[in-house]
Amino acid sequence: MRHQGFTFKKLKFASFEFTCCEGCQLQLANRESTLINFLELLDIRNFRELSSEQHNNFDIVFIEGCISRHDEVDRLIKIRRQATTLIAFGTCACFGGVNSMKNKFSIEEVVAEVYPDMVVETLPVKKISDVVTVDISIPGCPVSKEEVERIVVSLVTGSQVTLPKYPVCVECKAQLNTCLFELGEICLGPITRGGCNAVCTTGKTPCLGCRGPSEEINMPAFLELVNERKLNLEDLREKITFYNAFEGFINYEA
Amino acid sequence: MKLDYAIDIHHLTRVEGHANIVITVKDGQLVDAQWAIVETPRFFEVMVKGMSTERVPFLTSRICGICSISHALASIRALERAMNITVPRAAEQIRLLAMHGETLQSHALHLFFLVAPDFANTSSILPLIHSHPDIVRAGLQLKELGNEISTVTTGRCTHPVSLVVGGISKAPDKVQLQKLLTRIRDTKPAIESACTFFRSCKLPAFIRETEFISLYNGSSYPSIGGQLMSSEGFNRDENEYLSMTNEYTKEFSTSKFTRLSRESSVAGALARFNNNHNLLHPKAKEVAESFGLRPVCHNPFMNNIAQLVECAHILEDAEALTSVLLDMELRELKTSYTPRAGSATGAVEAPRGILYHHIETDNEGKVIQANCIIPTTQNNANIHYDLRAIAEQALGEGKNDAEIKRLCVMLVRSYDPCISCSVH
Repeated sequence: MRHQGFTFKKLKFASFEFTCCEGCQLQLANRESTLINFLELLDIRNFRELSSEQHNNFDIVFIEGCISRHDEVDRLIKIRRQATTLIAFGTCACFGGVNSMKNKFSIEEVVAEVYPDMVVETLPVKKISDVVTVDISIPGCPVSKEEVERIVVSLVTGSQVTLPKYPVCVECKAQLNTCLFELGEICLGPITRGGCNAVCTTGKTPCLGCRGPSEEINMPAFLELVNERKLNLEDLREKITFYNAFEGFINYEA
Repeated sequence: MKLDYAIDIHHLTRVEGHANIVITVKDGQLVDAQWAIVETPRFFEVMVKGMSTERVPFLTSRICGICSISHALASIRALERAMNITVPRAAEQIRLLAMHGETLQSHALHLFFLVAPDFANTSSILPLIHSHPDIVRAGLQLKELGNEISTVTTGRCTHPVSLVVGGISKAPDKVQLQKLLTRIRDTKPAIESACTFFRSCKLPAFIRETEFISLYNGSSYPSIGGQLMSSEGFNRDENEYLSMTNEYTKEFSTSKFTRLSRESSVAGALARFNNNHNLLHPKAKEVAESFGLRPVCHNPFMNNIAQLVECAHILEDAEALTSVLLDMELRELKTSYTPRAGSATGAVEAPRGILYHHIETDNEGKVIQANCIIPTTQNNANIHYDLRAIAEQALGEGKNDAEIKRLCVMLVRSYDPCISCSVH
């Protein structure tokens, strides 16, 4: 593959999904206008959702979803051994995602509610880095395909992969949106990593923090913002625990 | 020819989610055929407990990466019915358009990325980029339009942003709607290209009589809400969803099975077509006729064609809906409400068929109990018994194990199963 006088190698690419909705992998087939060029960068070795051809030699692997069963642990460890670079792909992989809400309940209670007459194995939800070493994280529920394209280009050209350091707030302000705090709503935009182009707040719904904490997060100042406006702390809890992405920054007893 | 063998397809490819097909043949006779879903459950019905009314659709949309708009709207409809909330008419129209966007995107993904390679004898869409550029272009155009409709109406194509209880949180921009209208019109030729390709494909001849279940409202092709209709000749109220599904478990599947009048039933494009054919746009009826698709069709492979027919219908109806929205005042799109106690069902026609969310709330509008019954769950029993019937038919015709394997895989793909969704 040649571009502007340089020769690049396609990425020996694989994508695997664990416990999730598979919406992040679906993004790989979105942005149709650039899709054929995007796929040109990849030598797809294993991507079950898209192709019936499956090989076990790959360098770059995207892992979508969280881990919630023993066979998934085994499968993930095996994949880690085969891959050079393992990428946690999407909020479930990076933080556990919405699936982590299950961990508020006992496993017996969870299974009895859904499968009262059947034995079903399930574990408390783990993020990918709880099981194997993660080289790169791409957060988002779902991931932004634009960001994925940028990262894949970085991997092909061998340049450093970076995520925006600034919070969603910056991107929201740039779009001249009315601040949701001004409308009396708790929004996690001030503490969440940007890169989503503030898609939720631009749609007038509060940021729930799917991209996790921004760099240099100032949690005390954020809590002050909530407190001085006398906003509902129960609402804050529901939002900040939604994706399990602020673990360690604020603690709630289960 | 081998007389004793097992076909064990572990993690079927080019479908959403993890499932296996297991077929055992002894002395040239079928011993067993199984549709075994092994996907890890996520337990959304437990996770949603205690959640506030306004947050619910943001959680339940995450049940599925393909049909997140349907899940959001099923929850929203259940909650709005439970709390007697009337939504502004413009918001209703925007929601209908959003459903079209999702279904178009989902059908295009299925027909071109997952199914077309079977007919072109390739392992994926990738070789088709060079061998069949016209069909790939048509598929990408339809899929892109579907995503564009969803983005303009809900803020994002996967996991909608502006679908909220009470209406729509942010009105679509009229400039974007105008561009969308042009784009819808420009995409119509893609339907013709798709039809030309699929007319050249020979669909397997296989028929097993079954029951078709869909929504029905008598005046428009079904989308959001309505009566629950069975092709056996009866309709029930939306809240009676449990008596239409009768879920039960199978020890080899983490996704449940359902039944109604027979041992199995079907939801999805073919069920909608069979039950609502007369409500399709004339252009869509023409497409159906050109494939010889007439109600009541019992060939599951024709679900692919029913999806194509629906794509044609969607383009026409989305054009009309977008024109209506351009003429409407798009300011007040949300009814304010006070969350309270209630209980109701919200049924919508997701791309793969009828989807039910039943939600019960307490005095503060927090969820006490929820139940979600997924289209693929309602197709599991039919897939399971179809596998048996098609394997027996193929053995009777003297087909070998490779041919039987190919038929079974294509059969399952025809249902367009959404497996992680069904094991929510």
